Amino acid sequence: MEIQEMVMEFDSSSSNESFARVAVAAFAARLDPTMEEITDIKTAVSEAVTNCIIHGYESTEGKIRVECKIQNDELFITVMDRGCGITDLEKAMEPLYTSKPELERSGMGFAFMEAFMDELKVSSMPMAGTIVQMRKKIAKKPEMV
Amino acid sequence: MEPDYKVIEDTLIVYPPQELDHHTAFAVKQYSEEIIRKGMIRNIIFDFSNTTFMDSSGVGMIMGRYRLIQEKSGYIGVRGVSAAIHRILELSGLYKLVKVCE
Ligand SMILES: Nc1ncnc2c1ncn2[C@@H]1O[C@H](COP(=O)(O)OP(=O)(O)O)[C@@H](O)[C@H]1O
Ligand SMILES: [Mg+2]
Repeated sequence: MEIQEMVMEFDSSSSNESFARVAVAAFAARLDPTMEEITDIKTAVSEAVTNCIIHGYESTEGKIRVECKIQNDELFITVMDRGCGITDLEKAMEPLYTSKPELERSGMGFAFMEAFMDELKVSSMPMAGTIVQMRKKIAKKPEMV
Repeated sequence: MEPDYKVIEDTLIVYPPQELDHHTAFAVKQYSEEIIRKGMIRNIIFDFSNTTFMDSSGVGMIMGRYRLIQEKSGYIGVRGVSAAIHRILELSGLYKLVKVCE
């Protein structure tokens, strides 16, 4: 069984959103994902990282840590912040719920992560931060004949 | 290269950037707001021909413009939607609020 890992940490600036999703997609490329799977991964990463910036750090400075692991044909992604945390996690995960409607948030972030990945786990501690863990299986493509 | 936007009579045609996320959505909101405030815009069409990526920040931005346009009894349209953008519009329920204009 082969395991490959990648870790990165970057500033909570919105310009890093595209950097983060491209980096994770590049790491995932070794699983030979389809275009659709790459878009799924990019969207999920974009949602998790954007949440750290807007909600976790409320647009102040902080560090975001992203850990990726490939194990067999599965991709594991963890996105972490040490921001304000989430007090009511159940409510936060409801589709369309947002605590920042004034910022034109749609409240669809967690719903997209759930839809585009096979598994989503969120743990959070108020005043300590939030950890988002996601898993996606990348189906093996049939050999070309 | 496409311009950012175009005005045809009472319709504002917006060409969102290649990647419409939290970082880029703000600029789109700002210039469309400015044009709407100045002119007699009733409708907005988002032309996604050049857009390959959109996440929930783009959805929020479109919903924000929808509220504004509704007050003027106009409509929001979309066109040039790729498979990736289509899934986002569908999952978010935005197709209930916007019409497809090709
Ligand atoms: N990293 C985070 N730190 C603190 N709060 C968060 C974090 N991620 C999500 N939340 C909370 O969960 C809510 C729902 O998140 P999401 O589904 O992405 O919607 P949106 O970002 O549009 O508000 C947010 O409005 C926020 O209150
Ligand atoms: Mg979000």
